[in-house]
Amino acid sequence: MIWLTLSMALREIRRNAMRSFLTMLGIVIGVGAVITMVTIGNGASAQVRKEVSSLGEDLIMIRPGADRGPGGVREAAKSFESDDVHAIRSEVPGLIAVTGSASRSATIVYGNANWSSTVTGCDMDYLTVSGHTVAQGRTFLPTELVSATPVCIIGTTVQKELFGVDDPLGLRIRVGTVSCQVVGVLAEKGESSMGQDKDDTILMPLATFQRRLAGSTDISSIQLKVAKNQSVNVVQSQVEALLAERRRILPGKPNDFSVRNVQEIASAMSSVTTTLTGLLGGIAGVSLLVGGIGIMNIMLVSVTERTREIGTRLAIGALGSEVLLQFLVEAIMLSVLGGIIGIVTGLGASYLVTSMMAMPFVVSAEIVLGAFAFSMVVGIAFGYLPARQAARLNPIEALRHE
Amino acid sequence: MTVPAGSIPVVEFRGIEKVYGDGDYAVRALDGVDLAIHPGEFTSIMGASGSGKSTAMNVIGCLDVPTAGSYRFRGVEVGVLTQDQRALLRRHFMGFVFQGFNLLARTTALENVELPLVYRRVPARERRRRALDALGQVGLSDRATHTSAEMSGGQKQRVAIARAIVTRPSLLLADEPTGNLDSKRSVEIMELLTSLNRERGITVVMVTHEPDMAEYGSRTILFRDGKIVSEGVAA
Ligand SMILES: Nc1ncnc2c1ncn2[C@@H]1O[C@H](COP(=O)(O)OP(=O)(O)O)[C@@H](O)[C@H]1O
Ligand SMILES: [Mg+2]
Repeated sequence: MIWLTLSMALREIRRNAMRSFLTMLGIVIGVGAVITMVTIGNGASAQVRKEVSSLGEDLIMIRPGADRGPGGVREAAKSFESDDVHAIRSEVPGLIAVTGSASRSATIVYGNANWSSTVTGCDMDYLTVSGHTVAQGRTFLPTELVSATPVCIIGTTVQKELFGVDDPLGLRIRVGTVSCQVVGVLAEKGESSMGQDKDDTILMPLATFQRRLAGSTDISSIQLKVAKNQSVNVVQSQVEALLAERRRILPGKPNDFSVRNVQEIASAMSSVTTTLTGLLGGIAGVSLLVGGIGIMNIMLVSVTERTREIGTRLAIGALGSEVLLQFLVEAIMLSVLGGIIGIVTGLGASYLVTSMMAMPFVVSAEIVLGAFAFSMVVGIAFGYLPARQAARLNPIEALRHE
Repeated sequence: MTVPAGSIPVVEFRGIEKVYGDGDYAVRALDGVDLAIHPGEFTSIMGASGSGKSTAMNVIGCLDVPTAGSYRFRGVEVGVLTQDQRALLRRHFMGFVFQGFNLLARTTALENVELPLVYRRVPARERRRRALDALGQVGLSDRATHTSAEMSGGQKQRVAIARAIVTRPSLLLADEPTGNLDSKRSVEIMELLTSLNRERGITVVMVTHEPDMAEYGSRTILFRDGKIVSEGVAA
């Protein structure tokens, strides 16, 4: 009888194929959207985690301004000085690299070509910490670092924009107001998960940057790489204490700078994507609900339309419960069919998007099963009312129905 | 037709009343009806419009319950049965033919005829065989795969009759089966019903308001204002 009810429902769905499809569409879109959102979101989170761990988990970043958590506004605060960097280097043990840097955007000109990029003043530890390597030419010489020589190392994006395929080594370019010689080209790093081009950058000695470009001795960022056998947390609290003292933060007052390790930054970043995923998934869930109401609507119309048929079935000897089951199974089948189509299209769409964005394609079995179960529940919840209405029809009145 | 003495009537009404509404608006559709229909009879019910013919058919078919009186179907008191039990009586013992055919839309003749067997849980092969057999009895073997949109009124009514007899019911109820047909088709349907009654021994109760049609029956009952006013056996 179960099998028969199923095949009867399937026939009913086929008998009205176009309408059935339109009825399912709400569920298809709802389930499809949930699956797509969650799968892409999972891919993005996995991407962030992968990228951060490739940076190394032993990295600490220090920036001026109180930390307000992810998405919070950073308060303007006093920058760091070169002395702060020296103090960390000499007083905190267990560090492989300590680098202070400052950045700003500037227009770069070579001949007729010009390009806007980010210029960072730094020392050679910066390469270690940021994971950049020099592919052509050389790094800065110690004398260049001290005497503020106008030299620079460019990223591949800057190289392409200014020089095309020509060899840039030894040529002079203008960075903002400073004429400076290209001594090296960085190895290509590609895009970050946030869509930032890591090769769109220019490095110059910190002294050169401060004296010739910025006109101040400010340092906007300090980065540390912790030795393997050292606890990142211990180093972090030591650095915090040291900087608080140097910046004369009274005990019990909040710091006007933030010291965070890469792990924290990674979880902050992936918590943003998780929140976004949840939000979009929730919106998609609402569309599932709308899809369910659509099914109820069509089933109610169908019951009215088939009143005479129901009367005939009752006259032939169908029980009320059999009529109820028939309509309920029809509604469940519609929504489950919609759910399956939605899952398939959702997975297909997210596969396309993730592969286009070079993100990992992470299928979450729980979400797929959850979407399936949910579409079934939608079918039961929204199919019950019309089915009960059909089962309660008076056979005589139903037979007379026009 | 002679009735064997002592046989249990298929239908036995005693003082059946059916009242619609109440107070000043009450309509006595059936007003104290006594009636016995025996196995093998072909009963024609006649009467003016509104005289209670359809109400009587609905009570006989267990689609409706009387307000008062006793109705025994094959000796069983119907008044004490639940709605589901009455549905099972219909499923196992009755076949219905309606004025408006009431075939399922966009469904083939064969599937329509199979429907009562579906509710009887008859296996698919057996169902098909019996449905084709019933279609053969009404002369529509070659129309099995046609949907109702592809058939004439007479053909549709024959499919409906096949659907009513496919379960080999002990009682066939037909409420104005020829009401929507021209006289030539009506005669065909009446001849079919008569042969089913004579050759298969199916008890038939038919409502009609055409005396020509009533004559096919072995017995005619005349209703007026919810009462049986005359009863005659066909010549
Ligand atoms: N559901 C109903 N509600 C109220 N009155 C009804 C209903 N069904 C039938 N009647 C009334 O009962 C009487 C008998 O109706 P019916 O049995 O259909 O007559 P017939 O079939 O002989 O034309 C009529 O007066 C009709 O108006
Ligand atoms: Mg009538």
